[in-house]
Amino acid sequence: MRDQDISHNLQQQVIDAATSKRALHIVGGNNKSFYGRNISGGVLNVAEHRGILNHEPTELVITARAGTPLQAIEDQLSKHHQILGFEPPHFGNTATLGGTIACNFSGPRRAAAGSARDFMLGCKIINGKGEMLSFGGEVMKNVAGFDVSRLMCGALGTLGVLLEISVRVLPRPELELTLSQEMDAAHALAKLHALGRQALPISASVFDGLNLHIRLSGSAAAVNAAKAAIGGEQMQYDAVFWQQLREQQLPFFKHSQTLWRISVASNTPPLNLPGSWLYEWDGAQRWLFSDAPADVIRNVAALHGGHAVCFRAQHKPDQVFHPLESGMLKLQQKIKHAFDPAGIFNPGMMYTEI
Amino acid sequence: MSIERNQLIQSLLQILPEKSVLHTPEDMHPYECDGLSAYRKLPLVVVLPTTVEQVQDILRLCHSLEVPVVARGAGTGLSGGALPNEQGVLLGLGKFKQILEINAEQRTARVQPGVRNLAISQAVDSLGLYYAPDPSSQIACTIGGNVAENSGGVHCLKYGLTVHNIQQVKIVTMEGDLLTLGNSGLDSAGYDLLALFTGSEGLLGVIVEVTVKLLPKPERAQVVLAAFDDVVKAGAAVGNIIAAGIIPAGLEMMDKLAIKAAEDFVHAGYPVDAAAILLCELDGTNAEVSEYILRVRDILNQSGATEVRTAKDEQERMIFWKGRKSAFPAVGRISPDYYCMDGTIPRKQLPRVLETMDKWSKEYNLPVANVFHAGDGNLHPLILYDANKPGELERTEEFGGRILELCVEVGGTITGEHGVGMEKINQMCVQFQPAELEQFHAVKHAFDERGLLNPGKAVPTLHRCAEFGAMHVHHGKLSHPELERF
Repeated sequence: MRDQDISHNLQQQVIDAATSKRALHIVGGNNKSFYGRNISGGVLNVAEHRGILNHEPTELVITARAGTPLQAIEDQLSKHHQILGFEPPHFGNTATLGGTIACNFSGPRRAAAGSARDFMLGCKIINGKGEMLSFGGEVMKNVAGFDVSRLMCGALGTLGVLLEISVRVLPRPELELTLSQEMDAAHALAKLHALGRQALPISASVFDGLNLHIRLSGSAAAVNAAKAAIGGEQMQYDAVFWQQLREQQLPFFKHSQTLWRISVASNTPPLNLPGSWLYEWDGAQRWLFSDAPADVIRNVAALHGGHAVCFRAQHKPDQVFHPLESGMLKLQQKIKHAFDPAGIFNPGMMYTEI
Repeated sequence: MSIERNQLIQSLLQILPEKSVLHTPEDMHPYECDGLSAYRKLPLVVVLPTTVEQVQDILRLCHSLEVPVVARGAGTGLSGGALPNEQGVLLGLGKFKQILEINAEQRTARVQPGVRNLAISQAVDSLGLYYAPDPSSQIACTIGGNVAENSGGVHCLKYGLTVHNIQQVKIVTMEGDLLTLGNSGLDSAGYDLLALFTGSEGLLGVIVEVTVKLLPKPERAQVVLAAFDDVVKAGAAVGNIIAAGIIPAGLEMMDKLAIKAAEDFVHAGYPVDAAAILLCELDGTNAEVSEYILRVRDILNQSGATEVRTAKDEQERMIFWKGRKSAFPAVGRISPDYYCMDGTIPRKQLPRVLETMDKWSKEYNLPVANVFHAGDGNLHPLILYDANKPGELERTEEFGGRILELCVEVGGTITGEHGVGMEKINQMCVQFQPAELEQFHAVKHAFDERGLLNPGKAVPTLHRCAEFGAMHVHHGKLSHPELERF
């Protein structure tokens, strides 16, 4: 597919939908349809709106149309020894930048470097009135106006159609290596928290039930110094391992039960819920395969200051995302209305009321 | 005293003790301005609550009476964001000074909004931790104000802005409801209101609690000072450092006038003959810093530096930084008044922007000292003027406005870290299209239906923009039907 600007075509479709109050289902690479509540609506295909618009390696920023394949972005950055700092999962080879931002998907480097939202600098969107609007920009520091760009991250397209996105990028670390040690979950968490209080170049961690794997990234001097301090066995072919973790292709993810993503305070002890666990982000993101009822899982997550998302399931519960308290839901409905007064963008994908 | 004002004060006295309600001109005088002292106003009344419940009651009262509310932290803001509303209540949060909880394991601190930025780092120092964002006013500014402004500092390039370093904020809405944005994990359910709220300049809610993320203190930090005979060369050197894959902890530039002022003030040993200096701080492990220092020195030399100096010890590192962090007061010593701008530009545009500013400086006959967060493109031109000379402030504001418009023109923004407040309200009309401003108003309306929180700041009405006369530059798109909606 070639690079092209179909923004005016998309805008017209939005205007038509808004006029007739028809729901639109915004689709990019259509590879993350497992995520969120199932919805219906006329498809608004953004995948053809693609192309990298600007990459200034010395300014640490890249701007691309939302339908640009994530792979094309990463290939471009790679030529200049740069990376997307949030290390997003692709979940298939058609993933787009827009879909990634709309889901706020972030990978193993998230705890150390930040999420998609943290790297977001600016965007151009179509709101529910069919207006093309720009927020933020291509500079690191920008506090003019409300931070609408970051609000779009994780909004699942319910506030607007992403047209163009600018994200901050990082230099590729000079050296990366992974250290593995066998231990139990409680010890793994304790070790991570102790290490977290030292200035070490830890860029990712995962506890897979048997082993704690810690990835170090940075200058050779820093990584080698930290290697001695942390200990453990160096993993072979570790780049493949982290990629498979990110893409949910490790053996752990071959499972038929419902997959929950539990986001809690990192120092939460191992939770008393039945199923198989995998810990990422120093304990702040936990994957759980379990048949336990949604309410039970959510209550435990909330008790530890977090929330639980039903990430993948054969039979999704009605509420995929953690229910909001009434005051918060009311506010979020008003925000939805502020961007999409006719309620045409992906209605019900996040919550029935949004 | 009008009856309405009397009623308001009496109602506030039902909520607060007498000493927490200030209403005489003498008592309210210290609150008439923030760090942008060119603008001064007295509110109807100043309130200084000490509990969240009092804040809720005050907001409920003001909501029912439709009285505007302006929240204020330490009042160090530079854009007039805390300038009182003459028809409203000034809500001072200075008494919320408690550090509520330090969680060393999770590396977070839960604090009240009136806690000073630096006090957080001091409180966790013994744990080997610190709070990264460090605005120059960090001795005095409060965390609540930092969140409201999304404050930056000299270490943003590597460690991010306030928005990257907070985990949870508790706010009270104009209707008096207490809401929690964010949670104890790294993300929360629903829309990312924590991101939306950060930097919203008191327009969406009143901050009553902040949980900040803490970082382990680096093993070592070292700073290199490089002198250049040409600012353009110094700018190119910054790009060369980044291109080499190095993200310094801080990367600052000062021009000749700023160097001279800072040197006279703190005697940092700056080369006063240089056209520009760069301060490049590297932090990390001992071995890493040693390696990067050598690489950065090489890059600086290859970029045409006339002199490259590494601070010989911690004391010299601190004095190098002291010069930079004292640049504003130092400039204050050489001029009766100065006006501080805050635009951000793509770094490659630096030569064009500096050249144009130089031209305008001569045109307006107002000297400019430049202090620049070079790593992230955030410029602080300081325009030197004398408020006692008739018309000079007006000329300064016009000059400053043109600088901001230039920043927008080259692909940047009118404010990198100080906020729009009252000061840059007109330039918002240049940076944003009418429909974008309307979208901001719609967001504001979602939080504050009656428009009572810090009205008139941060986001201009379309009417104001039309009066400012900037809108016609937007491709002639402005039409009267749009105006009538406001």
